[in-house]
Amino acid sequence: MSHDHNHDHDHSELPEIELRVRALETLLTDKGYIDPPALDELIETYETRIGPKNGAMVVAKTWTDADYHARLMADATAAIAELGFTGRQGEHMVAVENTASTHNMVVCTLCSCYPWTVLGLPPVWYKSAPYRSRAVRDPRGVLAEFNVSLPEDTEIKVWDSTAEVRYLVIPQRPEGTEGWSEEKLAELVTRDSMIGTGLALAPSELEDVA
Amino acid sequence: MNGAQDLGGQMGFGPIELEDNEPNFHAKWEERAFAVTLAMGATGTWNIDTSRFARETLPPAVYLSSSYYKIWTLGLEKLLVESGLVSEQELQTGRSLNPAKPLKRVVKAEDVAAVLAKGGPANRPEQQPSRFKAGDRIRTKRMNPEHHTRLPRYVRDVEGTIETVHGVHVFPDANSQGLGEQPTWLYGVVFRGPDVWGPDCDPKLTIRLDLWEPYLDAV
Repeated sequence: MSHDHNHDHDHSELPEIELRVRALETLLTDKGYIDPPALDELIETYETRIGPKNGAMVVAKTWTDADYHARLMADATAAIAELGFTGRQGEHMVAVENTASTHNMVVCTLCSCYPWTVLGLPPVWYKSAPYRSRAVRDPRGVLAEFNVSLPEDTEIKVWDSTAEVRYLVIPQRPEGTEGWSEEKLAELVTRDSMIGTGLALAPSELEDVA
Repeated sequence: MNGAQDLGGQMGFGPIELEDNEPNFHAKWEERAFAVTLAMGATGTWNIDTSRFARETLPPAVYLSSSYYKIWTLGLEKLLVESGLVSEQELQTGRSLNPAKPLKRVVKAEDVAAVLAKGGPANRPEQQPSRFKAGDRIRTKRMNPEHHTRLPRYVRDVEGTIETVHGVHVFPDANSQGLGEQPTWLYGVVFRGPDVWGPDCDPKLTIRLDLWEPYLDAV
């Protein structure tokens, strides 16, 4: 694409960072350090193949298959690999399960550690100072901003991802979903419910979305 | 390092900004910054701990006022210069002025799936028995190293309990400094909210972190 800087329009100059990244890519390509088609492939992979749909499949299977549930809680890395989700930022997976009395929430206060293999790339808010600073000190206040309110006596377990271990929250299965297929259940599993800043959708909410 | 990245417990950043149907990338340059960073990481010139340190050593005012992929870009530029792959002058001009250095690997499009699927496991063989077991009480060290560390400030000099023994993992404090991986035992440690934040804290809050053996003392 080309931008003409000689005529007036609303943003007549490219942002400095855009020029900087473009120059960097050109320089590294000229040096032979990177191969632009590989960059396209990396972007395409996370835009189309690796995202929270993967995690939703894991959760739905966990809800419906007691043997899988047991395998997941014992060795999440291996159980998630059964569904074909392995590799970068998912090398050491741990599944943590919400119950009637406990709620799990995941953060990375030091950077942006996130289970890419099952959730894809993290949203901006997850990487932002407001979330990273507050999640470990005032998780109820954080949850309120996500419109999640838990009973007073719920134990809140916050997981600060300080090592290469990555955490996947298994939300509670919503009521009124008895006999549902894994595919249908997976539609109830939102990204936020697998981070712990949301709950799985109720069947009525699914109809609202559809 | 007590840099701007160590955000746990800091105050005053305001509400969390949520966006419906948020895209992975908010501009074309973010896509390219993401992919260039991953592709350069895959050359094996530095490790994940070195790259984290490059980002957290940005001046705090820069770190806190930069968007995520801008932080990645600034960190990458630092790594490229420090490792001698690119000169300052080349960065400034955007032109290759010196011969390229040999790399261990340059990722091609057809390698991408395999590289991502393989990832970079951090676990290593056990060399000696672990010092702690599940249920042991520990106190984290009081320490303020200028190098990279993964013991956040808010849990220094705090008592907690070992919950999980994860195994032996690459030690970021050493690995980030080019001192080798020095693998050591990694534990899941649970802290009571009030032990971390004081009596005003929700008594039902518990916080869990993954911490390496050198961060911990027996109680």
